[in-house]
Amino acid sequence: MTVPVDIPPQADPDPAPVAGETAIQGRSLGQIAWRRLRRDKVAMGGAIVLVFLMLVAIFAPLIVGLLGTPPNDPQRSLIDRATGTMLPKGEYGGMSLDHLMGVEPGNGRDIFSRIVYGSRISLLIAFFATLLSVTIGTTMGVIAGYVGGWVDAFISRLMDIFLAFPLLVFAIALAGVMPDKAFGLEGDTLRIVMLIFIIGFFNWPYIGRIVRGQTLSIREREFVDAAVSLGARSPRILVKEILPNLVAPILVYSTLLIPTNILFEAALSFLGVGIQPPTATWGGMLSDAAQYTSHLWFMFWPGMAIFITVLAFNLFGDGLRDALDPRAR
Amino acid sequence: MSTEPLLTVTGLTKHFPIRKGLLQRQVGAVQAVDDVTFDVAKGETLAIVGESGCGKTTTGRMITRLLEPTAGTILFDGRDITHLSTGQLRPLRRDVQMIFQDPYNSLNPRHTVGTIVGAPYRIQGIKTEHGIKRAVQDTLELVGLNPEHYNRYPHEFSGGQRQRIGIARSLALKPKLIVADEPVSALDVSIQAQVINLLEDLQSELGLTYVVIAHDLSVVRHMSDRVGVMYLGNLVEIGDRMSVYTTPRHPYTKALLSAVPIPDTARRQNRERIRLVGDVPSPIDPPAGCRFHTRCWKATEVCKSEVPKLVEFAPGHRAACHHPEVPGEQAEVAPDGTAISPFASPDLIEP
Repeated sequence: MTVPVDIPPQADPDPAPVAGETAIQGRSLGQIAWRRLRRDKVAMGGAIVLVFLMLVAIFAPLIVGLLGTPPNDPQRSLIDRATGTMLPKGEYGGMSLDHLMGVEPGNGRDIFSRIVYGSRISLLIAFFATLLSVTIGTTMGVIAGYVGGWVDAFISRLMDIFLAFPLLVFAIALAGVMPDKAFGLEGDTLRIVMLIFIIGFFNWPYIGRIVRGQTLSIREREFVDAAVSLGARSPRILVKEILPNLVAPILVYSTLLIPTNILFEAALSFLGVGIQPPTATWGGMLSDAAQYTSHLWFMFWPGMAIFITVLAFNLFGDGLRDALDPRAR
Repeated sequence: MSTEPLLTVTGLTKHFPIRKGLLQRQVGAVQAVDDVTFDVAKGETLAIVGESGCGKTTTGRMITRLLEPTAGTILFDGRDITHLSTGQLRPLRRDVQMIFQDPYNSLNPRHTVGTIVGAPYRIQGIKTEHGIKRAVQDTLELVGLNPEHYNRYPHEFSGGQRQRIGIARSLALKPKLIVADEPVSALDVSIQAQVINLLEDLQSELGLTYVVIAHDLSVVRHMSDRVGVMYLGNLVEIGDRMSVYTTPRHPYTKALLSAVPIPDTARRQNRERIRLVGDVPSPIDPPAGCRFHTRCWKATEVCKSEVPKLVEFAPGHRAACHHPEVPGEQAEVAPDGTAISPFASPDLIEP
């Protein structure tokens, strides 16, 4: 978290150090929160897992190149075709040094590399959908809370309408009629963009309400009056006085919204309306594995991937909230 | 002290509408301030006193134009500022500044001291000779803070230090008038004296004019040149400090002054103590006539029907009462000091 300190560079020369006296440097609320967060082992555990997951997603081609086979290559030689079960040869879903998590039944694709590539889709969609929600939600919430009156009434009713919207049904319907090409995009790219848009666009009222409520209370604080009595314009008051005080709740809510969006994307892919096969997604892998209910190995890996990611985000988000606002415990 | 008024307030009124129902129809109004008239000369300190909810803060906020007056006029330096728009007010903001009551609420916790005290320069777009930082540090020094604390955050300071930061912010633009809303009431008693002395030093150094809003009469006595007493939205008495403290003309002022604690037990013995009974009536539906008549031991029929006008008793000393106090007069109160109005609600008269 950064605290905006808008000092023009030329006006901020380092104070000449006085001999025998260390420069007095204040500790911002962000720095204090960071120290508090560092002491929270559970939250830091979550953070480490998240950093690891992000690295995995970023370096997916590298990791798969070293440790697996390409995620979409069928390897029929690993499948037991003789008995007709179409299950992988060998124990535990075909686990071996070559295939760390085994291979998929039916076509023999490497589960490890599909999990690794699936993390890209999950994190990408969840992250940008959250970003979209937070951007819309914060803007609308701040305006509703600060301007008040009929603007507030209008935005609040709009939020109610969005919250009442059956998002899953809408997503399924939209995905069903979606063309292969639109807006100059096609295939997976188009699907990803659409998912980000659908998930992000319909989730903003949650954060919008939180921001509106916080804005209402901050607006009544005397430092806002002080800014008014100095002649500050409304945009300055919103951006410089109110928004910095909203950073904490927005940040916390974002880290708690990301796992929800991961689950939502997985659910859509599971239902077959998300990213289309053969592209690897965790939800799609669960859906494929559901055909083999007596062999839980195939469900275990994508399930664990979703579980660990969501848990890590939630633990980190909880820790972040405690660190930023110790009174809220 | 010059006698030329810097600020003239005439018939200042603020009614907060009460709206109800789907259509937000106005069903009434909180008459927070009603027909308040006074002026403040350059370089003097006017204190406005009264109990909670009497409209003194609202008055202060109207002078700084944080609130829009319902009626009346505010003249500042000969210019009518009553209904100036936000844009027209901006240049004026340099001349009229406010010190806020709660130093824990009036400083943005996310900004450093440098940002807070530097904000006036940035908002008003003022260029300073050696940069904003230098100007801020000079101001910090002026209010007795360490200029090295430039990069610190408000939560690292004590209440008194925070109030000094607030004072530094209001001084940054070299204003002519400062409205101080309960500048010391949120502070420890030991710190109050320091801040009051600071305000007085700054006044003589910079030639400031103060409107101090307070409920602590000891503070007022120490700081003010003139005192205005408010009751339920009305200014009931105004005059020189000495004149008001020694010869109060309005019964409410007399009762208020009799409540000031006296540390000397010997002097406490023989002073008159007046205990008002009952609550302050609601400003939504204030009593007709003199608003004090429901609690005034001297009230008669005329008080119930006619609003008293401010009458001059001594040069500059005015009070609004049908039965003003005569110096030396003893209030007709019970031995324990209880004073009951003949118009008080019956359950108060017969306990």
